[in-house]
Amino acid sequence: MTSIWALIKRDLLLAARDGGATGTALGFYLIVIALMPLGLGPDMQLLSRIAPGVLWIGLLLAALLSLGRMFDTDQDEGVLEALATGPLPLELVAAAKALAHWISSCVPLAILAPVLGLLLNLDLAAYPILVGTVLVGSPAISFLGCVGAALTLRSRRGGLLIALLVLPLYIPTLIFGISAISAVVTPPGSLEASLLLLSAVTIASLVIGPIAAAAALRAQLG
Amino acid sequence: MQTLTQRLANPTRFMELSRRILPWISGLAALTLASGLYLAFFVAPPDYQQGETVKIMFIHVPAAWLSMMGYLIIAVSSFGLLVFRHPLADVSAKAAAPIGAAFTFLALVTGSLWGKPMWGAYWVWDARLTSVLILFFLYIGQIALRSALDEDPALAGKLTAVLGLVGVVILPVIRFSVDWWNTLHQPASVLRVGGPAIHPSILVPLLVMAVGFTLLFFAMHLKAMRNEILRRRVRSLTMAEVERAARFEVRTAE
Repeated sequence: MTSIWALIKRDLLLAARDGGATGTALGFYLIVIALMPLGLGPDMQLLSRIAPGVLWIGLLLAALLSLGRMFDTDQDEGVLEALATGPLPLELVAAAKALAHWISSCVPLAILAPVLGLLLNLDLAAYPILVGTVLVGSPAISFLGCVGAALTLRSRRGGLLIALLVLPLYIPTLIFGISAISAVVTPPGSLEASLLLLSAVTIASLVIGPIAAAAALRAQLG
Repeated sequence: MQTLTQRLANPTRFMELSRRILPWISGLAALTLASGLYLAFFVAPPDYQQGETVKIMFIHVPAAWLSMMGYLIIAVSSFGLLVFRHPLADVSAKAAAPIGAAFTFLALVTGSLWGKPMWGAYWVWDARLTSVLILFFLYIGQIALRSALDEDPALAGKLTAVLGLVGVVILPVIRFSVDWWNTLHQPASVLRVGGPAIHPSILVPLLVMAVGFTLLFFAMHLKAMRNEILRRRVRSLTMAEVERAARFEVRTAE
């Protein structure tokens, strides 16, 4: 247990001191959302209607940016091999790294999301539920994403490939996340059902992600 | 007592068996497809609402079925590789991916050609179309990951297998979420409780076409597997030759 905490703390410290990943993701999110009105026109009604979807898609893409680095630097510095020979099973290593990614990337993005909602004229009633759905749904981004990160560890064009592999897997999270917000903004629609399904997807990904990522890492380390 | 899959673990035995089976499957596929197409175009009546466009369905529906079967083959092969380390499993998964992707693409194209006169648009964001499109993305992911690791085929096989299994676990969830998201496509009408809802005059050619497409799939799959095995043999022969030449060079230098 202590080694898991140590690993999470180490990753968070690296993310904080290095500073690049979180800041880049936040900046990317801001730019993508700011481009939307420029591309679609300043029609406030249209923007407020598409705001939940745009906010979610922007968040997916922003979180995707830092996925590639989850195992990359550790592989280059030989840390991954040390971890593989250590007492912690690789499944838990992958889970710890995914959790650290969630805390360092998805949580800041979730906090930024309502601010960007202002830019898109999102209905005020939707703010708490926006943050709520992002916090409930985004662990799936990190935990399914760690599979993509592990699979593309050795490939040359990892960055683009990871998006191709992982984005289809995010579709359930995206759909249930947006349907939960729409249930509040444009009734009818069941908020509770969407939230329950969203958390079901997240819980399933908590199990599938680390197991698959560990299998992929083992194939490359062994 | 060896099971069939165990006996096929020997590539030489597989090559021998597939060499004998392949002409039969190909011939049967050609025959069934020819008679199926004849039934579809000359015997089956036009639909009272859809007119002649209903005939697109004789291509579309079998292609859509096979797009799912192709991914199932990939998933089973991936399982066979990761769990039983069956030497042919990787060959099978690699061979099935492009063929399955081609059938998925065929299903998408024929579907959109049918959609233009029926729905008034080539593409509609309906649940079934969308999930077939997502299936196509999963195929593309398989092919892309394998080609990104082409300098190490064994590793590429294992990693693609992991991706294949993750995909097959998530696929039902994606299907369900997309159904939740939107539904416009007609519900399943052949395999359902209470028997098929299609008139026999259309159902019979459809089933003949489905059998023909399935045979065609297996013929192509077997041929692709044979090619892949031959390619690997050529590769290992070349490697051995290079090594021999290098050793010879060292000896002459001494």
